[in-house]
Amino acid sequence: MTTNISKDVLMLMLERMWRIRHFELKLTEMYNAGEVGGVHLYIGQEAVAVGACAAMEDTDYIAGNHRSHGHPIAKGANLKKAMAEILGRIDGYCKGKGGSMHLADFSVGILGESGIVASSVPVATGAALASKLENKGFVSAVFFGDGASNQGACHESMNLASVWDLPVLFICENNQYAVTTSYKDTVAVEHISDRAQAYNMPGILVDGQDVIAMYEATSQAVQRARNGEGPTLIEALTYRFEDHSLGLEKIRKSEYREDSEVDEWRLRDPLDLLTKSIVDSGTATQADCDAISATAHAEVEEAAEFARNSPFPDESELYKDMFASEMPIV
Amino acid sequence: MLKDDSNFNHIDKNIGYQLMTERMFMQALGMGIAEEMRIDPKVFMMGEDVRASVYGAAAGLYDEFGDDRILNTPLSENGFFGAAVGAAAVGMRPIVETLTSFMWVGMDQLVSQAAKMRYMFGGQATLPVVYRAVMYYGGGSAAHHSDRSYPVFMNIGGLKVVVPATAADAKGLMKTAIRDDDPVIMFEDGTLLSTRGEVPDDPDFTVPFGVANILREGTDVTVVAIAGSVPHALGAAEVMAKEGVSVEVIDPRTLVPLDKDTILNSVGKTGRFVVADPAAKVCSAASEIMSIVSEEAFWDLQAPMQKVASKQVHIPFTPSLEKLVYPTRDGIIEAIKKTLG
Repeated sequence: MTTNISKDVLMLMLERMWRIRHFELKLTEMYNAGEVGGVHLYIGQEAVAVGACAAMEDTDYIAGNHRSHGHPIAKGANLKKAMAEILGRIDGYCKGKGGSMHLADFSVGILGESGIVASSVPVATGAALASKLENKGFVSAVFFGDGASNQGACHESMNLASVWDLPVLFICENNQYAVTTSYKDTVAVEHISDRAQAYNMPGILVDGQDVIAMYEATSQAVQRARNGEGPTLIEALTYRFEDHSLGLEKIRKSEYREDSEVDEWRLRDPLDLLTKSIVDSGTATQADCDAISATAHAEVEEAAEFARNSPFPDESELYKDMFASEMPIV
Repeated sequence: MLKDDSNFNHIDKNIGYQLMTERMFMQALGMGIAEEMRIDPKVFMMGEDVRASVYGAAAGLYDEFGDDRILNTPLSENGFFGAAVGAAAVGMRPIVETLTSFMWVGMDQLVSQAAKMRYMFGGQATLPVVYRAVMYYGGGSAAHHSDRSYPVFMNIGGLKVVVPATAADAKGLMKTAIRDDDPVIMFEDGTLLSTRGEVPDDPDFTVPFGVANILREGTDVTVVAIAGSVPHALGAAEVMAKEGVSVEVIDPRTLVPLDKDTILNSVGKTGRFVVADPAAKVCSAASEIMSIVSEEAFWDLQAPMQKVASKQVHIPFTPSLEKLVYPTRDGIIEAIKKTLG
């Protein structure tokens, strides 16, 4: 991991990765205490969202999926509002109406996180269409998994984006399992990125544990998109360190993946890899990196307290937001 | 087309004295679109073969507005239905042309995204998108091309459901749909597309959502008729008038939002209620309207309500069977007579 990326960007990426990690470690603790339900953890995949979002501007858009605590945080979302949303409180991003799978913060360019696998892919494609039609110059990126890559919505969107040269990045986070099913059993090509050929766009396979590689690949794709050269499919090969969701502990890991495989991937923890790169290159010290982690930890603790103290929405919220203006709903 | 009343040509009383030109329903839809596209550069239209306007309503739009505003799409309903959502979420005002029967192909985007985004994200998403669903039936197209699916979308919530029945409403409701900040589905009834009616020339003319139109005033029986059932209901009212029965005919025009008050007031006046709906009978729009009347106006009723909806079958290709399926003028007359005992 050698790079010309500035220290500011490297430290920002480390900070955002730690925010995501601590956020989800906290959620695990809260789950064990009965405070939250069975959310989908992103632990192990942080480099993908953070590397990609660091290569984008605030005015660019992203869309996520059911495993998307990481994407809004990577894009700059507020931890307090995110935590409050997961707890179903009024101060959450969606006033408690979305929850863990829909942590959207539209103010930082997030078009929503979709609980239906692959469903946000056409939406992100449409944002790119708007950019093109009005020469706005922004790009959009959508994060989806190996499972989603088999959905028609993905294929339709990639074809549409390519025929119209839309400035959209299809970022497939191949964490290798759709719940318990290996992508090797469901994807007909060796690499999901190979599918780009069918849509006449570049398909790039990236080490999804390496945030610097992710940043660089995304930067190139963003540049192409802004130049009017159309979409890119990026496959980030990564790994879900935890089970599909908290509470699925009844499904033993060994029933669909070997413990040794999990252990091997844990050796390539994206936070360790980035920290080592920063320290080895003399960009910053281990103590600097530890301080970033400690700060992120404190922010997450503060967010959890904020969320716990935020009230649940009252009955007056029930019908609000069904439509843009109030109208009788039968 | 199975039409009992080919001379259907009614003027909306609410429009008043404005300058009118007789136009075809289909042409009125296109006028509404063109006028809004001239006013607002954020409006664009996409769909399959829209540049050639194979369904008629988009005639002339490509010549006027060109490549950037009239987009031919691949055959990918789920893809471009969702792309419209994304474009709307960042400030555009897309119009999507499709057929009712092709909406099934893109249902995930209509339901999971267009309908639910605003609520699920606590009001952060504003989605001014219009899905134009051309609703062919009655012409021997068989089950895959004859859907009347608006009740499905009433049930989902988050979508405004519009069912114009006159040329004037086709234009006025289209303009309102394009200006509206919510996702709207315009169901364009194929049995009405070639009907004619007086349409206001005024580009500021719009028809508001949630305001039913009393097409014919009456005192004995209330008939609520939806989309292609409207001409049949008016025909039935004409026949009943000759028999001395005064029938009030109401076109709700929009099903979401629904103008309950106009319907309930009418039932309060007449005490007898019939609803005619080209959708299949089970869980139809008629079912919901009857449910509202029974909940809120039961003691006004002097006779059991009557539902004249399509038979609960898939649409058969052969005309000998298809003609048995839909509401007709005579079916409505029979229902009216039942309420009279």
